[in-house]
Amino acid sequence: MTTGETLAEELEHHEYDVVVIGAGGAGLRAAIASHDAGARTALICRSLLGKAHTVMAEGGIAAALGNLWPEDNWQVHFRDTMRGGKLLNHWRMAELHAKEAPERVYELEQWGALFDRTSTGKISQRDFGGHRYARLAHVGDRTGLEMIRALQQRAVSLGIDVFMELTVTDLLKDGGRIAGAFGYWRESGRFVVFDAPSVILATGGIGKSWKVTSNSWECTGDGHALALRAGATLLNMEFVQFHPTGMVWPLSVRGLLVTESVRGDGGVLRNSEDRRFMFDYIPEFFKAETADNIDEADRWYDDKRNNRRPPELLPRDEVARAINSEIKAGRGSPHGGVFLDIASRRSPEFIQRRLPSMYHQFKELADVDITKEPMEIGPTCHYVMGGVEVDPDSQVSVVPGLFAAGEVAGGMHGANRLGGNSLSDLIVFGKRAGDYAAAYAKQMSGQRPKVSPADVDHAAAEALAPFRAGRADENPYTLHQELQETMQDLVGIIRVETELKEALEKISALQERARHTSIEGNRQYNPGWHLALDLRNMLLVSEAVAIAALERQESRGGHTREDYPMTDPFWGDLNVVVSLAGGQAKGPPAQGSAASGSVSESGQEPGPSASPGLVIWRQPLPHPPPELGELLEEAH
Amino acid sequence: MSYDLKLRIWRGDATGGELKDYVVVAEEGQVVLDAVHRAQATQANDLAVRWNCKAGKCGSCSAEVNGRPRLMCMTRLSIFAEDEPVTITPLRTFPVIKDLVTDVSFNYEKARQVPGFTPSASQPSAPFKMFQADVERSQEFRKCIECWLCQNTCHVVRDHEENKPQFAGPRFFIRYAELDMHPNDALDRKRMLQDTQGLGFCNITKCCTEVCPEHIKITDNAIIPMKERVVDVKFDPLARWLGRRSRGKDSGPAI
Repeated sequence: MTTGETLAEELEHHEYDVVVIGAGGAGLRAAIASHDAGARTALICRSLLGKAHTVMAEGGIAAALGNLWPEDNWQVHFRDTMRGGKLLNHWRMAELHAKEAPERVYELEQWGALFDRTSTGKISQRDFGGHRYARLAHVGDRTGLEMIRALQQRAVSLGIDVFMELTVTDLLKDGGRIAGAFGYWRESGRFVVFDAPSVILATGGIGKSWKVTSNSWECTGDGHALALRAGATLLNMEFVQFHPTGMVWPLSVRGLLVTESVRGDGGVLRNSEDRRFMFDYIPEFFKAETADNIDEADRWYDDKRNNRRPPELLPRDEVARAINSEIKAGRGSPHGGVFLDIASRRSPEFIQRRLPSMYHQFKELADVDITKEPMEIGPTCHYVMGGVEVDPDSQVSVVPGLFAAGEVAGGMHGANRLGGNSLSDLIVFGKRAGDYAAAYAKQMSGQRPKVSPADVDHAAAEALAPFRAGRADENPYTLHQELQETMQDLVGIIRVETELKEALEKISALQERARHTSIEGNRQYNPGWHLALDLRNMLLVSEAVAIAALERQESRGGHTREDYPMTDPFWGDLNVVVSLAGGQAKGPPAQGSAASGSVSESGQEPGPSASPGLVIWRQPLPHPPPELGELLEEAH
Repeated sequence: MSYDLKLRIWRGDATGGELKDYVVVAEEGQVVLDAVHRAQATQANDLAVRWNCKAGKCGSCSAEVNGRPRLMCMTRLSIFAEDEPVTITPLRTFPVIKDLVTDVSFNYEKARQVPGFTPSASQPSAPFKMFQADVERSQEFRKCIECWLCQNTCHVVRDHEENKPQFAGPRFFIRYAELDMHPNDALDRKRMLQDTQGLGFCNITKCCTEVCPEHIKITDNAIIPMKERVVDVKFDPLARWLGRRSRGKDSGPAI
């Protein structure tokens, strides 16, 4: 099967300047930018076009348009983003994001998106956690659908080549540079080689490795794993966001997202004693900007100048931890969540108009009428802040020719992402990645990297490995389920050293078993085979999350350690970086010492290597220039 | 609460196939897609089925359940009797690839034929001034999740392969309607809609509206108004002239 002749017969070859992997918001925007820059562009997606996880985004796109509150501007958005991220964000990405988001939103309108309007005919904006002003451009609670359609329709009208239902399994290199990508058509199982000097990863998140998640099947961390195997580095993988409000009942839909807009539009959280418990969980860091009594909190919706934000709209990490504590303390709802109540606070007409898909979702899947009764909700794995380490301006990784944008890229959101900042991240950095990838390809035009036939043979052999005869009988679905249980139980919201070490042992055992999966049937549209290949990525990325979580001995944003419950200024200056042993383009410096406590002269220090496969080290966080640093002070 | 559910799933490919029986454990609150996943994970690892969000938002898991076109993720098992088998077959209007997966490329070809949003000369660049009352009609159509259930159900193409080249189908009729009703779109696509996209084939039986999981009133709010507007343009020169002047639309692409 893997011999040269057989492969030559069945291999499909394509030559492009830029190949974009993933067709959610970031991939579509990157492809449009690359195409507009004159590059021959291919857009690859694992599902049909328009089905990517972006379609599930509900609340809105954060951009300081100032349509409702003229006081809002990019500086306030920058500050909210950095503080929401517990100051671990790459300041330059947060700056670019806050400055460019408005232009990118108007661009969607230019391409046909129809946002909800204000009474003066402008794009309406809604309140969300951690944002000082109503900032989220939205369409009811289906903003992601509007974004993906607007981008998809634009890409189609530009005539960009789209490869639907094609999975990339490996990146190809020539020396240290990207030379292309290797994948298979899901429909036929036939292999495809893309020859391209620039590859943009826009593959989204990693949530499918947890049992309770809001993520779709595609969120298997493919881009993170492809990047690692190509020699790139991953930044701060310990930061995983558990969205405070996922459905908890029925079990069939456990984890399904309940938009933050419910709280933005007036919904409140209550425990079994009917108490608005979020007032008991206001952290010191946000005390000055959070209302400490119900009257002030309720006045804020209409008067933001004289009142502080309700504690239900603290950043997601704070709210998720509070809910977790209430449930653990025995004050939860019948099905193991807490209550989210908008029925008693807003009229049925308001709820149906602002939250149509939530109304529909609860009515059809849980027999709950949210205009009449409270919802039961609990935390659900939602987003990874960590990702491929990139240059903030160009989105290029440490591997020349390899770019990353959107959820797969790291740095932008620090330790915790604010709601609404994801959709804006996709279009701001999608465009940047597309622009720079096209420029790099142009620069390479006289010296295009070449795909090596040996690498193609190797990639094909790896892809066919699950079919190899004479293997032990491991069911890929069973392995996936065991991985989800491991990550849920041992690398969840609250972490502790002993459990993280146990998780690493279990992941290692699963990796061994995953080498012995057996596949029924042939290569034609075979989900068992597809899952066996996805598992390889999920296991590698899960390992990266677990060792990064073990490394960071503090609690901050989306990383809470029971054994290190405080936020530690020492760690506030450090990024945790992971790369694949032997494969890294930039590894930990040889002169560093393994002892922790100080950063070595080179500015980098290798930590203990918890896994034979991955190397982990710490590197200093870049600091903002004084004029931006000042914006982050509490008084602002 | 759990019980043994009898499933009959069509297995096969373009060369043929048959219904196969599976018995899976069904739990309270589950949907058809859960049962299909259970069969896939435990008894038929290679069972081909499309799905993404499992939340009724992406429109991937369309199939025919007991003969009715539905999203499998939004079809509760509790609507069926526990002792009756649930039969799942692929969408009939599109060629089978394998099991429950069909070749829906017809829809993507029709999507490519739609001339995109074209801003008016009076407001060429965003931000546009548009009011909620004026965007609401188009917003209804933009709720479409492209599950293709309406395309699958429409009798114009369901058993009439020969109509496909000249028929865009309900999903794209609402797309043309959406653009026509967009407060700031300047391109007139009405003649194209009638002459090359097959609006006239529709005899408003409302089958599409009935299966729409987003409850879009496809026939009443899009197809019938577009038929009226097409008639105005095609047969009434005065209405056509006035209509174009008042709506500020260009005459559209050459047909």
